Amino acid sequence: MITTPPRIVTSRVGLPDSFTLERYLATGGYEGLRKALSMSPADVAAEVNKASLLGRGGAGFPAGRKWSMLRKAATTYLVVNGDESEPATFKDHMLIESDPHQIIEGTAIAAYATGVEQAFIYCRGEFALGFERLQQACNEAYAYGALGADVLGSGYALDIVIHPGAGAYICGEETALLESLEGKRGFPRIKPPYFPAAVGLYGEPTVVNNVETVSSLPWIVMHGGDAFAALGEGSSTGTRLFALSGRVERPGWFEIEMSKTTFRDLIYDPSLGGGIAGGKQLRAFIPGGVSSPWFGPEQLDLALNQEAVGQAGSMLGSGSVVVMDSDTCVVRAAWRIARFFNRESCGQCTPCREGSGWIEKIMHRLENGLGREEDIALVLDACDNISPGLTWPPKQTTVCVFGPSIPPSIVSVVKMFPDELLVHVKEGGCPFPADAVRRG
Amino acid sequence: MARLSPENRTRAEAIVACYPKRRSALIPLCHLAQAQDGFLTEEAMEDIAGLLGCTPAEVRGTASFYDMLHTEPVGRHVVAVCTNIACMLAGAYEVLDQAEASLGISVGQTTADGEFTLEEAECLAGCDHAPCVQVNSRFFGPVDPDGFDALAEDLRSGRLSETVPAHGTLSRVERSVGLPAREARSRGEAGRQPGPTEAPGTVAE
Repeated sequence: MITTPPRIVTSRVGLPDSFTLERYLATGGYEGLRKALSMSPADVAAEVNKASLLGRGGAGFPAGRKWSMLRKAATTYLVVNGDESEPATFKDHMLIESDPHQIIEGTAIAAYATGVEQAFIYCRGEFALGFERLQQACNEAYAYGALGADVLGSGYALDIVIHPGAGAYICGEETALLESLEGKRGFPRIKPPYFPAAVGLYGEPTVVNNVETVSSLPWIVMHGGDAFAALGEGSSTGTRLFALSGRVERPGWFEIEMSKTTFRDLIYDPSLGGGIAGGKQLRAFIPGGVSSPWFGPEQLDLALNQEAVGQAGSMLGSGSVVVMDSDTCVVRAAWRIARFFNRESCGQCTPCREGSGWIEKIMHRLENGLGREEDIALVLDACDNISPGLTWPPKQTTVCVFGPSIPPSIVSVVKMFPDELLVHVKEGGCPFPADAVRRG
Repeated sequence: MARLSPENRTRAEAIVACYPKRRSALIPLCHLAQAQDGFLTEEAMEDIAGLLGCTPAEVRGTASFYDMLHTEPVGRHVVAVCTNIACMLAGAYEVLDQAEASLGISVGQTTADGEFTLEEAECLAGCDHAPCVQVNSRFFGPVDPDGFDALAEDLRSGRLSETVPAHGTLSRVERSVGLPAREARSRGEAGRQPGPTEAPGTVAE
């Protein structure tokens, strides 16, 4: 079912001057922060708890709980994760370029609620235009009085630094992001401690929230946590941005009420994905970023609900849905995902560093007709070394969740399309002519 | 060439002052040096090390982790064609083939005239405009093979110099305001004992 929820994070997107202070102020900008400052920090946090806002970065951890973990220790830093790099995920990129003031305001609300006076917005290095717009918005917010020594006359002091990344997928992992922000290589930290709330930036208690998560906060403060929680169902409340790409008529982002809409609606409805490109048939789709197990046509009627998708054996993850049609070679698709993981593995842990290379090479030779029948068992064995048992949710042999994110696409192809792998072996090449032999 | 200029040194000091610990300015200063020279020179890395209080090897060791930081010269235009899943499904490898053919170089190489360096990129978060191409971190898309040739011609002729600044320029907007950062409470470092609320592990899970 397609509902018409309020546009919580995208209300200004599409206006030609959506990123300017003038437009922001003319459309209710910084009123959420003003209201928050009239409340106690604990009351602001309570509103967010009522909203049941799940973090929008990929792990889906409740934002309110992340904050409350901090109260036991003096909170020091807030870091907003704008290092969006998960393949086929492009929602934060859009929010950064289109509505940077909303991110500044949301960051200020989160900082106030957690008692933080120093915040950082980590912006992916490749988002040069986005960085410029965030920096411009930050400069304007200071001039307007929404940041600085006396935020909107409240006596509360807050500084925000816009920090650039420099190109490394792994820095989206929150402990790698903190290492990067400390001026180091983006190596994820050994756990425990599991949460930066205990030991974060410079070893101090730190909250890390995603760009979309903080972008929701001005609306939640203005309209109340209950209004947000009234949207969606169960634990999946509010609206969420879904990034749809691949072989659909209308690739793009859509702000959708959680739990009400199904994958079928998202992919086929004329107001959303508009169906498979060229009227072809759906073969498979990735429901939540390339770390998630794939779904087939039989799962189309699942609702966009974190629990439902989890019970069906996958995850909503980063909210990116990639559609593969009847002309897509799934072996090639899985190879390209393996290649991505191989290139972006930070190299700290052996199962991930070596395993991703093995998997990429085996998939490459299968796709290019140089594979052997026993390669199918071999590639699964390599996957099993990274994530024993190949279960969902996956088991882990590495410092971070990057490693266990490698097997799902491979396992999906083996489970869903066993014959297609064999055809590649027996015919000595890819049966999809357009795919021919590809470089490695 | 290639020490940080006096103006950039002033800029660098202002950037360092934003952070509770100097080392945090490493990536921003590498971007600053790349904006000056197009890539990270030995001399610039030495200057950055001096500003941060670390060794040049630590600057290089960190910079070499990141795809955008180049320790060797690159072309005036670093062209990155995304071939990750969404772009691949939209024909990105055909665009990359065309790029290699019309520039006459392979991925990782620079044209003899120093105009172009070609890279194959991982997902650039431009999947709604797939296949997408970045030039000096500015986005173009969707780009088909013919569109790539037109783009290269526009770049060569300078018609896009407003949209696409020289390689290394991350931001044309500088931080004009702000509070100087307070020194980080450096737990476990000499001269200061952690207070009771700062003890590690008090808030596990």
